[in-house]
Amino acid sequence: MGKATVIPFGPQHPVLPEPLHLDLVVEDEKVIEAIPQIGFVHRGLEKLVETKDYNQFIYVAERICGICAMGHSLGYAETVEALMGVEAPKRAQYLRVIWHELSRIHSHILWLGLAADAFGFESMFMHCWRLRERVLTLFEKTTGGRVILSVVCVGGVVRDIDDAQMADVLSVLEGITDEYTQIMNTLISDYSVKNRTVGVGYLSHEEAIALSMVGPFARASNVNYDVRNFGRGAYGDLSDFQPITATDGDCYGRVVVRCKEVLQSIDIIKELAAKIPAGDIAVPVKGSPADGAEACNVLEQPRGECYYYARGNGTKYLDRMRMRTPTSQNIAGMVKALEGCDFADVNMIVLTIDPCISCTER
Amino acid sequence: MTSFKLGGMTFGSLFKKPETCLYPAEKKVAPAGLRGHITIDDSKCILCGICQKACPCDAITVDKKGRVWAIEPFRCILCDSCVRACPKQALITSPDLKEIATGKYDTIVPIPDPKAKSAEA
Repeated sequence: MGKATVIPFGPQHPVLPEPLHLDLVVEDEKVIEAIPQIGFVHRGLEKLVETKDYNQFIYVAERICGICAMGHSLGYAETVEALMGVEAPKRAQYLRVIWHELSRIHSHILWLGLAADAFGFESMFMHCWRLRERVLTLFEKTTGGRVILSVVCVGGVVRDIDDAQMADVLSVLEGITDEYTQIMNTLISDYSVKNRTVGVGYLSHEEAIALSMVGPFARASNVNYDVRNFGRGAYGDLSDFQPITATDGDCYGRVVVRCKEVLQSIDIIKELAAKIPAGDIAVPVKGSPADGAEACNVLEQPRGECYYYARGNGTKYLDRMRMRTPTSQNIAGMVKALEGCDFADVNMIVLTIDPCISCTER
Repeated sequence: MTSFKLGGMTFGSLFKKPETCLYPAEKKVAPAGLRGHITIDDSKCILCGICQKACPCDAITVDKKGRVWAIEPFRCILCDSCVRACPKQALITSPDLKEIATGKYDTIVPIPDPKAKSAEA
């Protein structure tokens, strides 16, 4: 047995898109303990709810994270709607889900590109980002923004997707599907990718449940949990929705689950685009939440379940807005998955868990 | 060897139009709905100040006495709240992106007085 050494990993590291610090206690090239530390990008956004009214705070909520921007604005809007007893029109619910699934596609393709880059697979990185750019162009055409969409409001959405734009969305997704399937099959059947990922960072089904893991990280350990399965909003109108799970519990399982979720999102958008009803896109929301009124909400973000809690105080300013993001749940599992791994595999484990630190710190 | 499966896609890229453009010589055409910047139709503005109240980041200032409408483009987050709130549809979101600025500035728009115009006539 060698002497234990502490090696700092991050907050600035080529594999990390966001600042996370890990103190890796290493013995003979094996990580025996990983001690995480966050707090590098804390901006105090939850506190801003006291100075911005409930309509204005949606623009703060969507700035919590660039990749999950659409998800946070949607989760916040649904929570405030529940607080005020308002229901968004059916068409608005469909449009929200279509944009949310598009943002899941762009998030997963971005992650796939970064993962390919970490494997040293640079041509795939470029192909992934080329495909992602098409999704961002769709956002530009349908919402007016590329990353920060500002399209959801309390009571509905502020823009509609007309038939011509919807046809454009579907044709772009049709084009992406073929190329994406080719990229995905290349990645998941590549022997060098398997060498780096199979059996690495294993987390068992029982551990994933005990540590309350969420999102693709949990589903890769065969935890059949997806908030979309609750059938809220337009998700309830899907003919069939089964979360994608894997039994591996390792980095390879997580890669496969994320890769397949992109195709699942494309199918969801196609189905909803065919079923979308005509009608209003927003209902007027007047008044203020009652004093002491509370509401909570869960939403499946690209990285997993995100929990929202809001409390009113009788004014147009909320008393409290709390978000528990998927990464803050998954950090415990990440530390567990890192225990006992080779030092060289740390970056692969961290990357396949896909931590979003900006969301976590807010 | 599976890495060569992508070879077809990469090889095909040689014969396709490039995905990128040579900015700034070539510029991307802005889609019609793009949120580029906020402009004002000064003939419609009644200086009611509703846009100032609706703005979540205090970028707009309306001076009713001085008859001036001003926006700080560096504060504006292009959320369109002011455009939706304007009762006279005087505010418009232009799809054109502004040129890169070399310093901070405010866009100040004097609003003509309709009474003065009718008195002149």
